Amino acid sequence: MNKKWWLIALLICLGVATISPLASSAPDGLERVAEDKGFIGLALEAPFEIVADYVFPGIESEALATIIAGWVGTIVLFGVVYGLAWLIKSRKRVANA
Amino acid sequence: MHIPDGFLNVATVATTYAVSAGGVANAVRIANKKLGEKQVPLMGVLAAFIFAAQMLNFPVAGGTSGHLIGAALAAILLGPWASVLIMSCVLIAQSLIFQDGGLLALGANIFNMGIVASFGAYYIYRLTQSLLGDNRRGKLIGGFTAAWGSVLLASIACAVELAISGASPLTVVLPVMAGIHAFIGIGEGLITMAVVSLVLATRADLMRLQKI
Repeated sequence: MNKKWWLIALLICLGVATISPLASSAPDGLERVAEDKGFIGLALEAPFEIVADYVFPGIESEALATIIAGWVGTIVLFGVVYGLAWLIKSRKRVANA
Repeated sequence: MHIPDGFLNVATVATTYAVSAGGVANAVRIANKKLGEKQVPLMGVLAAFIFAAQMLNFPVAGGTSGHLIGAALAAILLGPWASVLIMSCVLIAQSLIFQDGGLLALGANIFNMGIVASFGAYYIYRLTQSLLGDNRRGKLIGGFTAAWGSVLLASIACAVELAISGASPLTVVLPVMAGIHAFIGIGEGLITMAVVSLVLATRADLMRLQKI
């Protein structure tokens, strides 16, 4: 029961990532302000690109590339934060022993 | 509200990195004392949800979009220090893998959307709880208010950093940043309220975890 809830929660997260191609492509609040107030030109390009702009490289369909980027990020963050939290928790147990 | 590189000057980059590094170190120390069995999967799922939901920009007024920050949701369910940890991981991944938010600006982004938003939300939520009571209505209204306030506070912190860096004068950038984020915050409030309501309906026990 417990495990099932977490699995459903994770599936909901992947579902949210799946509808990410529907996201508005309008500038966000900060970009809008930077454009209107004339300092958007200060922005520098990133020195390297991995999955820039949430578009997974090497996939023709941009919608699919966005969905896959979303899935990858969602799974990476679940794994990394779960692992980190587990590590922090289990190190405590060792320290208390 | 992810600041790209180039907007902030060296002094602001250095200061925000130092403050955020201190904040994250303290978050790890406190989590080390308080983190329990039940919080571990919740931290993972919240990080996954916040990342996914941040991709979903929703349109607000005048050709502008906004997206969830998520710090309020994490702070309400897990407490402010756990939220700082989650937000830092999300922001680091976004900067390193997805080139969303600059590498030099990462300290400022963690400060605004991690530290300021998490603590802002946590204390607003506690305040509304003490005013409205520890019931469903209090949790939903508290969730909305905390989420809205967290976005506004983060945007104010961002505006101050931009002004100190000389990108734009404070009298110009502060009102427009706060103004547009007062709208974006409504989206944050609605999403936070919806998730809190979903958690209350399916796993109300998660609302009563010890706060970290």
